[in-house]
Amino acid sequence: MSLSKTKGAAALAPEKLASVFAALGDPTRLKLVAVLCAGGAFSIAQLTTGTEISRQAVTKHLQVLAEAGVVGDLKQGRERLWQLEPHAIDEARQALEIIGREWELRLGRLKAFAESTP
Amino acid sequence: MSQTSSTDQIERSVLIKAAPERVWRALSNPQEFGTWFGCRLEGQQFAPGQRARGPITIAGFEHIVFDALIERMEAPSLMSYRWHPYAVDPAVDYSKEDATLVTFTLQAMENGATLLTVVESGFDKVPAHRRAEAFHMNGKGWEAQLRNIERYVTQ
Repeated sequence: MSLSKTKGAAALAPEKLASVFAALGDPTRLKLVAVLCAGGAFSIAQLTTGTEISRQAVTKHLQVLAEAGVVGDLKQGRERLWQLEPHAIDEARQALEIIGREWELRLGRLKAFAESTP
Repeated sequence: MSQTSSTDQIERSVLIKAAPERVWRALSNPQEFGTWFGCRLEGQQFAPGQRARGPITIAGFEHIVFDALIERMEAPSLMSYRWHPYAVDPAVDYSKEDATLVTFTLQAMENGATLLTVVESGFDKVPAHRRAEAFHMNGKGWEAQLRNIERYVTQ
C-alpha cells in the first residue's frame, strides 16, 4: 500500500488505469478480488478450495491482476501467498467517482430546471 | 455473490422539490431533457427501441453527439437508455462496443417532492482503451461543467 497517495484524476496514467479495468473485466478475476477483499494473504490452495477452477488457471488470473497492480504476492517459506493491493482499485474507483460527479452536476441542473419551471 | 463490482456502476440521487410528473416531463420530453443535459434534441423522440440523437451544446463539446438507444419508458417512474460513454471521436464506430445502461428512477416523496436516482452500469464491459479515454474526457468534462455552473449561478 502506498503511503503518500496523490489525490485527483491525474494520480494514475490512463494506460495504467486501463490495465486495472481490463484486469477486473473478467468474472473469475472479479471473484478472486472479492475473496481477497476480505483481507489477508491467501495461498493458491485456499483460493481454489470449493471452486471448479484449476490451480493453473487461478495462477494465471492472479498474474494478470498482479501485472495491473491489483494484487501482490509474498513468499512464506515454500509457499506463495497473494493479497490485495488496494491502491490500484482505489484509483479505478476514483475514475468512476469523476463520472459520478458529472452525473451529480447533470442532476443538479435537472433539479434547478424542474424546480424553476412549472 | 453480486455480479456487480464496485468498478462496474455509478449511482447518484437528488431530491427535487417538484412532483414526479414534473420531473418525468423533464426526462421524457427530449426538448426539456436537452435543456438541462446540454444537448439539442428537437424533433427527436424518446420511445422504447428508438434511437435519439442530438449535438451537445456545452461549450467545447459541440463536436460530440448525444446518442442513446431508449430502452424503457414507464411514466412517471422509470426511464432507461443505453449509450456509449464518451464516444468522443467522430471517426470511430462505437456501435460494436458494449454500451452502458443509464437508468433513471423516480420516487414520490413527502410534500410533493421527488427522489431521482440515476444508475449507470456496465463499465466493466467497456473496452480497456476506451475506459482510459473516458477517464481523460471526464476529467475535462468535469472542469467545463464547473465553469457552466459558475456561469449559471453568477449571471
